[in-house]
Amino acid sequence: MALYRAHVLICKGTGCTASGSAVVFDAMKKELERRGLDKEVMLVETGCHGMCEMGPIVVVYPEGSFYCRVTPEDVPEIVEEHLYKGRVVQRLLYALPGEESIKVPHYKDIPFYGKQLRIALKNCGYINPDNIEEYIARDGYQALAKALLEMTPEETLEEVKKSGLRGRGGAGFPTGRKWEFAKMAPGDKKYIICNADEGDPGAFMDRSVLEGDPHAIVEGMLIGAYVIGADEGYIYCRAEYPLAIKRLINAIKQAEEMGLLGDNIMGTDFCFHLHIKEGAGAFVCGEETALMASIEGKRGMPTPRPPFPANCGLWGKPTNINNVETWANVAQIVLNGGEWYSSIGTETSKGTKIFAVTGKVNNTGLVEAPMGMPLRDIIFDIGGGIPNGKKFKAVQLGGPSGGCLPESMLDTPVDYESINATGAIMGSGGMVVMDEDTCIVDVAKFFLTFTQNESCGKCPFCRIGTKRMLEILERISEGRGKLEDLDLLEDMAHKVKDGSLCGLGQTAPNPILTTLKYFRDEYIAHIVDKKCPAKVCTALIQYTIDPAKCIGCTKCARQCPVNAISGELKKPHVIDQDTCIRCGQCMAVCPVKAISVE
Amino acid sequence: MKKKITSLEDLRKIKSESKDLTSARSGGKSRIIIGMGTCGIAAGAREVMTAILEILDKKGIKDVAVETTGCIGMCQKEPLVDVIRLGESRITYGYVAPEDVERIIEDHLVNGKIVADKVIGRTD
Repeated sequence: MALYRAHVLICKGTGCTASGSAVVFDAMKKELERRGLDKEVMLVETGCHGMCEMGPIVVVYPEGSFYCRVTPEDVPEIVEEHLYKGRVVQRLLYALPGEESIKVPHYKDIPFYGKQLRIALKNCGYINPDNIEEYIARDGYQALAKALLEMTPEETLEEVKKSGLRGRGGAGFPTGRKWEFAKMAPGDKKYIICNADEGDPGAFMDRSVLEGDPHAIVEGMLIGAYVIGADEGYIYCRAEYPLAIKRLINAIKQAEEMGLLGDNIMGTDFCFHLHIKEGAGAFVCGEETALMASIEGKRGMPTPRPPFPANCGLWGKPTNINNVETWANVAQIVLNGGEWYSSIGTETSKGTKIFAVTGKVNNTGLVEAPMGMPLRDIIFDIGGGIPNGKKFKAVQLGGPSGGCLPESMLDTPVDYESINATGAIMGSGGMVVMDEDTCIVDVAKFFLTFTQNESCGKCPFCRIGTKRMLEILERISEGRGKLEDLDLLEDMAHKVKDGSLCGLGQTAPNPILTTLKYFRDEYIAHIVDKKCPAKVCTALIQYTIDPAKCIGCTKCARQCPVNAISGELKKPHVIDQDTCIRCGQCMAVCPVKAISVE
Repeated sequence: MKKKITSLEDLRKIKSESKDLTSARSGGKSRIIIGMGTCGIAAGAREVMTAILEILDKKGIKDVAVETTGCIGMCQKEPLVDVIRLGESRITYGYVAPEDVERIIEDHLVNGKIVADKVIGRTD
């Protein structure tokens, strides 16, 4: 094979695909062929680079130039200038937020990446996920070989225990101990499961790992199976992740062809078969007992524990379930040793954690940081802070099961214990950033609507309790709340927590409890003053036109979707409050800022 | 169908064969830089570059980054080719023709012996 002097990596993760990377890829392919460069420039499609905000992302090596928001029209310029003439296309390089003139020439110098430590995301955005050889070139399947050929299952387990790795799905249970339970459980037939039923709003950590580095999951599961003595495994992935499933199917096929999956793996007695089970997208199926019921073809509902899956799991056999990110760390731990992994992070939380940073933040995307990094560093240094000069208001950690933390908690180090102490949870890694324009009551309502919809209905406290709590929140947001409602909410929240069987119900009240704890004033403003300080709750706000400023241009009247604005040309207009639906479109189009909201 | 991996040697073999798949994406290598400004192209830099890629392929040399760069101002001496061996100075060769390439790669890049008659400059 001839030497490729340059590599053009185009992200085909879900984020960049949504912003049009497939068209850029095709344009690049055509242009390279047209210029006769296709034999010396390698075109590679990769998984997520993490900086989804800047997509479609194109990285050109050996220079490591990081091109942002590339369109098909930019492609001939990149080929002509950079690949042919060696002149980096300055205008497409990443620039620091707010300082468009300061371009960052090298991938590694971008502050977003500088503070990160990539272990689970090591290959994401760097290799072609559909090519097993690229994975092998980056030490892929070396950990499996080391475990199978040089270590006993017990020694391998010892490394994982030593690493201090804890479950990345949210609960943080020590992975090594979980494996040990399944290993000790009596039985000839055992199962391994990868929980890829990621469903929190704003979370896409697992999807990105599956799309960007599927072999890391396959290898991690193989090692887990070797340790506990399982010969069969399932990846339970929601059908809404079609690209992840496609890449997994391909990865499994390639691993089977190479004898890394199937019977007598790498010439040993170890056999392991891996299947994919597509879930229908029910949030509750992320709960392990409901997940297993779903694989068995039953309705996805949780069952009481004990018995724990380690003893009586899938089809009544001992089963070990870990989340995608947990599996993604396993091969790295076996390859580099448990001690290496435990040297990263804090006393109780080892290694790194991936976060999906979304919402009102400059660098929306995927971040992997060492445990113990303060929230502030993740949001402001890596995330690049809040856009449009707005003020930070809150961050929701752990999705609908998590909590909403204010500015004063931003110095909390990110580790399982510190985050739990705030009332939020680490969760699987969703991090939704909110600015001053976000209404806290509205946020609580949003997350509770989600859990209400997703409750499987088995436990009355979860089924009915979340419904009643949601009704109270709706009442408050419509200005019909009473002060006693806050105590009632708190009381019900604790009862729903105590009276629910699974994690969904036990954590569903967390958004309410944390917002009540940190943003009680805002609830009181809704109830007592009948005001929504963030001007979001439509029942509590009014748009008015200042007659002194209005020039009568009729723009607002033409924009209004419900014809609530009237007035003669060149004379002040008025809004009919009964007809107005408070969409705010009039305010957005007014050329003289005559419309205000109170 | 691909050959099955049945031993650690098999895996290592695939790894070393696949190394150059991703090697251009990592630093820490010797570099060859070709001047590909308009002046360079007009003087035949494209043919020199093709020769470089062919010779590297023929000799099986994978551990080198082949880069292009714009005009550095010495247009009269194009095509210009720079060779930077890992940890050594940047040596600039001028008036490089495709038939000089093999000598530059063999003597300088591989064996560390600068091809004196073609050198026009050195940067530390």
